[in-house]
Amino acid sequence: MSTARTTLRLGAGAGFAGDRIDPAQDLAEHGKLNYLIFECLGERTVATGHARRLLDSTAGYDPLLEKRMRAVFPHTTASGTTVVTNAGGANPLAAAELVARIAAEVSIGSARVAAVTGDDVLEQVLRHDPVVWETGRPLSEHSEELVSANAYIGAEAVIPALDLGANVVITGRLADPSLYLAPLAFEFGWQPTDYATLGAGTAVGHLLECAGQLTGGYYADPVTKPVSNLAFLGFPFADVQADGSAVFGKLDGSGGTLTTRTCAEQLLYEVGDPAAYLTPDVAADFTGVSFTQVGLNRVAVDGATGGIRPDELKVTLGFRGGWLGEGQISYAGPRALQRAELAGEIVSVRLREVHGLDAENIFVEFIGAGAAFRGLDFRSDPHEVRLRVTAQTRSFEAADAVGWEVESLYTNGPAAGGGARRSVTEVLSIRSCLIPRHLVTTNVHLLEGRS
Amino acid sequence: MTVVVSLDLLADVRTGDKGDTLILAVLPRDDAAYRHLLFRLTPAVVSSHFGRLVIGDVRRTVMPQLPGFVFELPGVLGGGVTGSPSLDGHGKTLSYHLLSLKI
Repeated sequence: MSTARTTLRLGAGAGFAGDRIDPAQDLAEHGKLNYLIFECLGERTVATGHARRLLDSTAGYDPLLEKRMRAVFPHTTASGTTVVTNAGGANPLAAAELVARIAAEVSIGSARVAAVTGDDVLEQVLRHDPVVWETGRPLSEHSEELVSANAYIGAEAVIPALDLGANVVITGRLADPSLYLAPLAFEFGWQPTDYATLGAGTAVGHLLECAGQLTGGYYADPVTKPVSNLAFLGFPFADVQADGSAVFGKLDGSGGTLTTRTCAEQLLYEVGDPAAYLTPDVAADFTGVSFTQVGLNRVAVDGATGGIRPDELKVTLGFRGGWLGEGQISYAGPRALQRAELAGEIVSVRLREVHGLDAENIFVEFIGAGAAFRGLDFRSDPHEVRLRVTAQTRSFEAADAVGWEVESLYTNGPAAGGGARRSVTEVLSIRSCLIPRHLVTTNVHLLEGRS
Repeated sequence: MTVVVSLDLLADVRTGDKGDTLILAVLPRDDAAYRHLLFRLTPAVVSSHFGRLVIGDVRRTVMPQLPGFVFELPGVLGGGVTGSPSLDGHGKTLSYHLLSLKI
């Protein structure tokens, strides 16, 4: 532990890989933060990072990492704020080298940048051959090329980096709440078996990990839940006590709102079983959580606890899944849906009979007629509808035929189709499995930024 | 007296995804709405509203101190975010489907 602090302030700098940068810059400059956390890694993000790394050994981390660090570094250096992020993605070491270079350019004092590795468990899963959840079959029975396997590692992996005095800690597949739990456990001396406080800290991390979702962003509805100044939504911070209780806030003057209702929505987000929210650190129990409004845009949380952590770690597997071809075109006015349906049928027939695609791989949606609700609440007379045809294929050429056939509706009909767009993307199929915790060993690599 | 209203008047909703399972959080706007939904918004009612998309039993967890409910709807996201061809693979838009429920 560095110093005996009674309250720690953790700020949320990003809630996903593509998140905005200016709210993080504001927090870094004005938030008086002890730690600034960037959550930048989804299941798909880590697999696409590996695919990029296979093409370029220096790539594989968050493409926005440089912009994020350049925006906050002058402020975090001045205020002594430590940055923790999983933006290392598929290549934490290369990310740390980049950040060390930036530190040397822009920072005032010395920067110690640490990379945490060991979440890459490709070799371990190939040896251990776990059952894949989605298929129920052992990994070895899958014919697709396995591109990546990343274990969700926990707060314990980060603590040695903080102990070495790192100003910036960059990880790969660190679990989202663990990004926040790590500094709390380090500063307050929480042990791996302190399940109640680890559960409380995990609740804090879970509430902060999606950044603007807590401050009224994803919560907002212009009629039932109006929120002001969403264009300049402020990101949240938490003042956390040694017992894991916390008060959430956001910068005065920033957009958004922070209330017991925004907090309650975020607490339940992506939580299937509130009694056992499993992370690498703890089985967190949110069933006793309560929120209290303690001021304008200030909410206190209490009551989270936890139980013994899982023996196995979840692993995200990325398989090459061929190509996804897509085409879209709009129809409007009288008989918009009927014309779109006719167009969809024409494209499907031609993809099967001219291009040899399998019918089961072709998928047709009518955007504007209820596609989002997957046919549950279909509208038969929309004023405007957009046909979307997709197909997953083995070859690029077959995938490209999808958009081509949609585009060729321009002259070949039906009437008045407009605004055609087409794309082809490489597919990485994401699946999951478990591996025993003892097969995963993490390491810390410390780089000194010259300045 | 039985009053039937749209859920849109009683609660806020948010979905999340875990594989094929849609996780649906329902936050009643006040205590009266909570008590009404505690009895009316059963797993069977929610399952029926999502119809053929649901494969298996819907589970409900009650969080009285928020107050709120969590529903787990297995199978709704057939294929999950990277396996489903649907434009909104996460099912993020699906929360608002529940708001049309008359209850």
